[in-house]
Amino acid sequence: MSTDLKDALFGYALRLGDTSLVLGHRLSEWCGHAPELEEDIALTNVALDLVGHARMLLTYAGELEGKGRDEDRLAYRRDVFDYRNHLLVEQPNRDFGHTIVRQFLHDACAVEMYERLCASKDETLAGIAAKAVKEVRYHVRHSGDWLVRLGDGTDVSHAKVADALGRLWTYTGEMFERDEAEQALVAAGIVPDPVELKAAWTARVEAVLEDATLDRPADGWMQKGGRRGEHSEHLGYLLAEMQFLPRAYPDATW
Amino acid sequence: MPDAAGCWGPEPGADAVVKAAWDALAGVMDPEIPVLSIVDLGIVRAVSADAEGRLSVALTPTYSGCPATNVIVLEAETALARAGFDARVSVVIAPPWTTDWISGAGREKLAEVGIVPPPHSGKRALTAPDEGIACPRCGSEDTRQISRFGSTACKALHACNACLEPFDVFKCH
Repeated sequence: MSTDLKDALFGYALRLGDTSLVLGHRLSEWCGHAPELEEDIALTNVALDLVGHARMLLTYAGELEGKGRDEDRLAYRRDVFDYRNHLLVEQPNRDFGHTIVRQFLHDACAVEMYERLCASKDETLAGIAAKAVKEVRYHVRHSGDWLVRLGDGTDVSHAKVADALGRLWTYTGEMFERDEAEQALVAAGIVPDPVELKAAWTARVEAVLEDATLDRPADGWMQKGGRRGEHSEHLGYLLAEMQFLPRAYPDATW
Repeated sequence: MPDAAGCWGPEPGADAVVKAAWDALAGVMDPEIPVLSIVDLGIVRAVSADAEGRLSVALTPTYSGCPATNVIVLEAETALARAGFDARVSVVIAPPWTTDWISGAGREKLAEVGIVPPPHSGKRALTAPDEGIACPRCGSEDTRQISRFGSTACKALHACNACLEPFDVFKCH
């Protein structure tokens, strides 16, 4: 693999890994606070899966980079500006409906992406995708069912998820952003084409929104910056909590 | 894949060291479902020995985020060391684990403790229907799913409408 392609793949694996890690941490904040016990268990189980995906992806990113950084080093010793996650997943939990909308918009993209990544010409990425896709299929079924239940539920639940959809839609464009590095990976058959991904995501989202009696927001101006390390104010607080122990006690081990 | 009797183990003709290592691994229990050994679970993927008798063992995780994986690796290393082996245990992720790899003996052990064994997946992993699962206590098929996520990542929680008892179902994966 050429150096340029390797750098591009490092960036891609890092973005996927960071997105999984940040969303996993966000969901873990529900532990002990979800509206019912079953959901408490569900959200934290999804969080565990996502942190598991992050471990595989960040380990691989560290290998591609070749500077000796392992999963822990990448997770715990980078600050906000070095994180490459999508802005969508760092948005705060707010209420349960907001969390479900955020989760569904992410899951619908993740499942389409991992389905395609299983056929990646990069063997490691294909292996990670084959593992992750089974879990993500379960996640999207769960978040999609909840979105229908809340959207097509009471006036209050409908209003809450409709409000969340309006707030979060502006963060969805970034998931399908294209840059030169990613185009090279697409051309090499390593990652799926964002254009194709967006079409599949749109079809999936529109079908669930219809069942949920929710209107699809118009595609207006989209927030971006995650892939350049420009984040919302929320990520810093999340990292401060997640990284506290390794920052306070460097090289601590169990 | 498991043999005709639904059991995992050394390839036919494997040498004595490898056979003994499989025996030692068959004594390592899953920490979260302690009726199943890691061999029953189908997560021991390869055991080989070099000329000096040093072992290489490959394990695969069930779920990506399964918190038991690290414990299982540690316990496998301990069991092999106790049995006198110089072994290196590594974790591989491809090909991904599926519940179809749970051995026939493992499925029976699950049923004995009241956990419904996973349906065979085909291509429907994790999307198999939730209905028509028979209650492990009274046998009624009039059951419902209470929670998609249960006491461990690999199980869902169901309840019987006839005898009213809740029960665990090993998810098809």
